[in-house]
Amino acid sequence: MPDQFLFAVEVFINGLMSGVLYALVALGFVLIYKASGIFNYAQGVMALFAAMTLVGIMDGQVPFSHIINSVFGTNLHHFGWHVPALLAILLTAGVMVLFAWLVQRLVMRHLVGQEPIILFMATIGLAYFLEGVSDLMWGSEIKKLDIGLPQGGSLWIEDMTAGLGGDNFYGFFIDNLDMVATVVAALLVTGLVLFSQYTKQGRAMRAVADDHQAALSVGISLNFIWVLVWSVAGFVALVAGIMWGTKSGVQFSLSLIALKALPVLMLGGFTSIPGAIVGGLIIGVGEKMFEFAIGPMVGGATENWFAYVLALLFLVFRPQGLFGEKIIERV
Amino acid sequence: MKLKLTTLALSALMAAGPAMADLVFPSLSYRTGPYAAGGIPFADGYADYFTLLNERDGGIGGVMTKLIECETGYNTEKGVECYESTKGEGALVYQPLSTGITYQLIPKVTADGIPLHTMGYGRTSAANGEVFSNVFNYPANYWNGASGVVNYLLELNDGDLKGKKLALVYHNSAYGKEPIRTLEELSAKHGFELSLLPVDHPGQEQKSQWLQIRRERPDYVTMWGWGVMNQVAIQEAANIRFPMENFIGVWWSGAEHDVMSAGDAADGYKALTFHNVGRDFPVFNHIQKFVVDTGKAAGAGDQIGTVLYNRGMYAAMLAAEAVKTAQAIHGTADIDASMMRDGMEALEMNEAKMTDLGMPNFGPSFNVSCENHGGPGLVGVTQWDASSKTWSLISDFKATDGDVIGALIAEDSAAYAAENKIAPSCK
Repeated sequence: MPDQFLFAVEVFINGLMSGVLYALVALGFVLIYKASGIFNYAQGVMALFAAMTLVGIMDGQVPFSHIINSVFGTNLHHFGWHVPALLAILLTAGVMVLFAWLVQRLVMRHLVGQEPIILFMATIGLAYFLEGVSDLMWGSEIKKLDIGLPQGGSLWIEDMTAGLGGDNFYGFFIDNLDMVATVVAALLVTGLVLFSQYTKQGRAMRAVADDHQAALSVGISLNFIWVLVWSVAGFVALVAGIMWGTKSGVQFSLSLIALKALPVLMLGGFTSIPGAIVGGLIIGVGEKMFEFAIGPMVGGATENWFAYVLALLFLVFRPQGLFGEKIIERV
Repeated sequence: MKLKLTTLALSALMAAGPAMADLVFPSLSYRTGPYAAGGIPFADGYADYFTLLNERDGGIGGVMTKLIECETGYNTEKGVECYESTKGEGALVYQPLSTGITYQLIPKVTADGIPLHTMGYGRTSAANGEVFSNVFNYPANYWNGASGVVNYLLELNDGDLKGKKLALVYHNSAYGKEPIRTLEELSAKHGFELSLLPVDHPGQEQKSQWLQIRRERPDYVTMWGWGVMNQVAIQEAANIRFPMENFIGVWWSGAEHDVMSAGDAADGYKALTFHNVGRDFPVFNHIQKFVVDTGKAAGAGDQIGTVLYNRGMYAAMLAAEAVKTAQAIHGTADIDASMMRDGMEALEMNEAKMTDLGMPNFGPSFNVSCENHGGPGLVGVTQWDASSKTWSLISDFKATDGDVIGALIAEDSAAYAAENKIAPSCK
């Protein structure tokens, strides 16, 4: 096979893998929007906060140590222990549940019945607040996140596929971490679907998503469901934070991965979990293939803007996104 | 009663404003945002050196120094706001640690008569002091960096780069694009093939660029990155098993936090530098004793000896030496911004002076002049050892291609002078 074709296939596969990582971020947005109609601007910062908390717990870091040391004149930085990754993930998930409860208790509960734009503005405030709290709690230096996930290209795949092309083709490059992310995303989506279809809380979540008033009338607690939804979104943020944080270290820029999720949401729709996955895959493949084929002709660095162009193109033909619910208003 | 009120108001004014004799150094720092990991150690080093001078020496020439820190978040608009809000405090020199902010401040500092020092960043052609009277970028600039990479590769290849491929992975911004013109000139001169790979801010996703590198197999990769772009690039290079010893970053892509997240895979990665690395210098013992141990450090005191802490301290030291020069020239310890400019333009750094300051072989020897605000442009190379988690200087500070860089500086500064109706001259 011609090398150029094989290179295109390699880019396509890597686009799919990148799309999965984008979808992981988009999922959190979808969950909250679907259940409460809130576009959660803080989702990216939640990924940052979750990843920082995970590293902090694993390393036995004293939270708010700078403040404690300044006020009490101490020199505390670490507890001196190291928490195993799995336990640290569970503890971080607990922190995200606590965070969800606080958000519901202190912010969202007071804004019930407000216009969506007000709720959106509240999440902007929440994002900046959480950004500052993350820095205060864990510091703003870059932290290495190592929970034992494999990194680097798969040698096995390279060796198996090297014979497909000529001397200039070295086999397909597929990052081990991306493959793990794909498996995790598949498990996560399956789990979410099973949870929403077959559990009492999941069905209640769907009921709230369909009609708040009707859900209330049959005795479903809106407060509980929203805490549940924010908790699940927090867990999804933790998973996204782990995957992205393993790649680049845990630092402020993790919060900017939300920018990668926006075109995915525009394309896949704000209310569909499968839409987030399919949207992520289309954006991932689309931007990578465009960069591969057209990028060199226009100076490169096309991915950021092309993802939005692609999403806008879809919007022209399907404003609600590929899997979004069609809005029909009767007068 | 009226007299009492006037006295009270004047006293309050005196208390609120800076003491007249203070030597004021604004620090346009960024301790928050996507580039905080680089901004914090630099700001700490900058602040701690001035604190050391106050605590150990009683200031400079008997006048205490005063640091005014203003958070920019690496945001150009905030940087300009910081400048506007601090320039009236008697600011002697600005060092914004941002090329974007530098570009905005160049006309402002020129109009206000305050010097701007952009050490290893900013507008490269500002090295021409005849056009950029208030801007200094000694001891090295981006174009020295670009030439430094090529000179180093020439050394590795017995002076012949014909047929070799060099890829530049760069931050898709004014900063990242700075070396392109120089590298293109050097590519034509030495016969190597140059490919350009831009990475958009913040650089969290670089899969396409590194797949392209894997396809094209350049012999060497150089990087003009900052922030998360550095960590991701080094990890991606490791992922495709690009030889780390053939990967050379500019000095803004060569700090500890850039390589730590890649772990052992980053071993052998190289970066340029214009100053020495590590904490094996007497000045750090002084900082520990007079600043950290007395609880006056800007940070936790754990950054001493890191690359960017050293750079911040080096920037402060050069500013302090310029103050001493200005005090000697004007015969007064209480200098203003225009005197500081004169001091910077007459600055002489040599090994004897550096040794006296507790920094033997810390940076190159150089003289600044009106014609040359950029210094000698001497560039060294450092290498990361992942096992000991240390950077080591693996080359001397060497001269860069003055012919190519000089011509580019003359061309670009002439264009700036024409555009801004500046008649080049030496005051």
